[in-house]
Amino acid sequence: MTDEIRQIIERHARLSAPADGLAVDADLYEAGMTSHASVSVMLALEDHFDIEFPDRMLTRGVFESIAAIEAAVIQLRPEAALQ
Amino acid sequence: MSIAVDRDQAFLEAVVRIADEVAAVHADSVDREARFPHETVAALREDRALSAFIPVELGGGGVAFETIAGACFELGRRCGSSAMVFAMHQIQAATIARHCEDSAWLHEYLAALSEEQRLIASVTTELGTGGDMGRSIAALTPQGEGRCSFEKKAPVVSYGSHADDLFVTLRRAPDAEQNDQVVALVRKEQFTLEQTGTWDPLGMRGTCSPGYVVRAELAPEQIVATPFPRVMEESFVPVTHILWSHLWLGIATDAFDRARAFVRAAAKPGADGPSPVAIRLSHLMSELSLLRAEVETALSEFVEVSDQPNRERLHTMASMLRFNNLKIAASEQAPRVCQGAMGVCGIMGYKNDTPFSVGRHLRDTMSASLMIANERIHQTNASLLLITKDV
Repeated sequence: MTDEIRQIIERHARLSAPADGLAVDADLYEAGMTSHASVSVMLALEDHFDIEFPDRMLTRGVFESIAAIEAAVIQLRPEAALQ
Repeated sequence: MSIAVDRDQAFLEAVVRIADEVAAVHADSVDREARFPHETVAALREDRALSAFIPVELGGGGVAFETIAGACFELGRRCGSSAMVFAMHQIQAATIARHCEDSAWLHEYLAALSEEQRLIASVTTELGTGGDMGRSIAALTPQGEGRCSFEKKAPVVSYGSHADDLFVTLRRAPDAEQNDQVVALVRKEQFTLEQTGTWDPLGMRGTCSPGYVVRAELAPEQIVATPFPRVMEESFVPVTHILWSHLWLGIATDAFDRARAFVRAAAKPGADGPSPVAIRLSHLMSELSLLRAEVETALSEFVEVSDQPNRERLHTMASMLRFNNLKIAASEQAPRVCQGAMGVCGIMGYKNDTPFSVGRHLRDTMSASLMIANERIHQTNASLLLITKDV
């Protein structure tokens, strides 16, 4: 799943450097993701994993790194962890 | 509890007295001459109002946030510029007070603010960022020996030349991204201001807000340690929108009161039914109550979520949308009410020297949609609305 998230980030986060070199705990905002780009990432994650982030999870912290995103996706769709 | 309530009530009564006896008296000359409301600020200092929100342990007044908002409203009824200076100072002071954490420097600073009634201005907008507070160009630059410096080109700094200290947003370092920001507080002896523009605007003339190049040298401990996005989400943005909207409501309320006084003065005893202007006043009342309802509910929601652990709800996009919407709605509705008041008062409202003049009210509230441009906020909201479910 980490790779899928990484691809979504590569496509939508508009970071200043490619996402494949990014550590899973690197801060995406510090890597150049704007608030607007973060919304694109969230929309792509919802589509890709067929989930809906509830409002309480729509905070900056939940999307600040690949690891944080992965934890959020697993929380909403535990079976995704096995894929 | 009752001591706190008494304290808040005494503070608000003092502000009402300053509004009535000082701000109202000088409002016309402040407006006409586009000069700083020295008299009001001196009176507020005298009553220790500049440290009203700072905790008692640090020498402040320890009054509740709602009471600060009420003070902005009361000052707004008498002098929009005085209210704006007071509100902006409180925004900065409250933001630091809510995020000083265990910083010894910031604790000492807040104690000094209380002791000396220091006035804080903000340097948040910057040339080249298109009015986006979430981006900075000027960077905190290490100078060796534990010092750093910056140079920031600010197109607007309200009451900059009258302030003791500055609340500044900056890039964290010369190689940081534009959205990797920090808040720093610099003291008067640490900065210089080079004025780059003039100040002859339509309204809010007493805020004295020309552009400046700000240069400063500071120590790293003067930087707020809380991550910048948290400072913005938990405090700076909602507090700004709430305090501004309270003073806009104050201005609109006074415009309405003048319209009502006009209708009352023009009413003829024994007339057959209400006059056409009296009916217009009734229409205006519903416009004013819409504004008041939005402003008051936003305040109570903010107070409620501020008391929750980690102020978590303030981090959600739904919360950002909520307070952004307050800004947009209040900044559009306040001038609408003032214009309605002018419609009621007619030429007597249009003239600048009658008891029913509302020209200053209208001009002052027309600044509201420009201070953090509404179109920029709509842009943010538009993208948040794509993902937020329950607004």
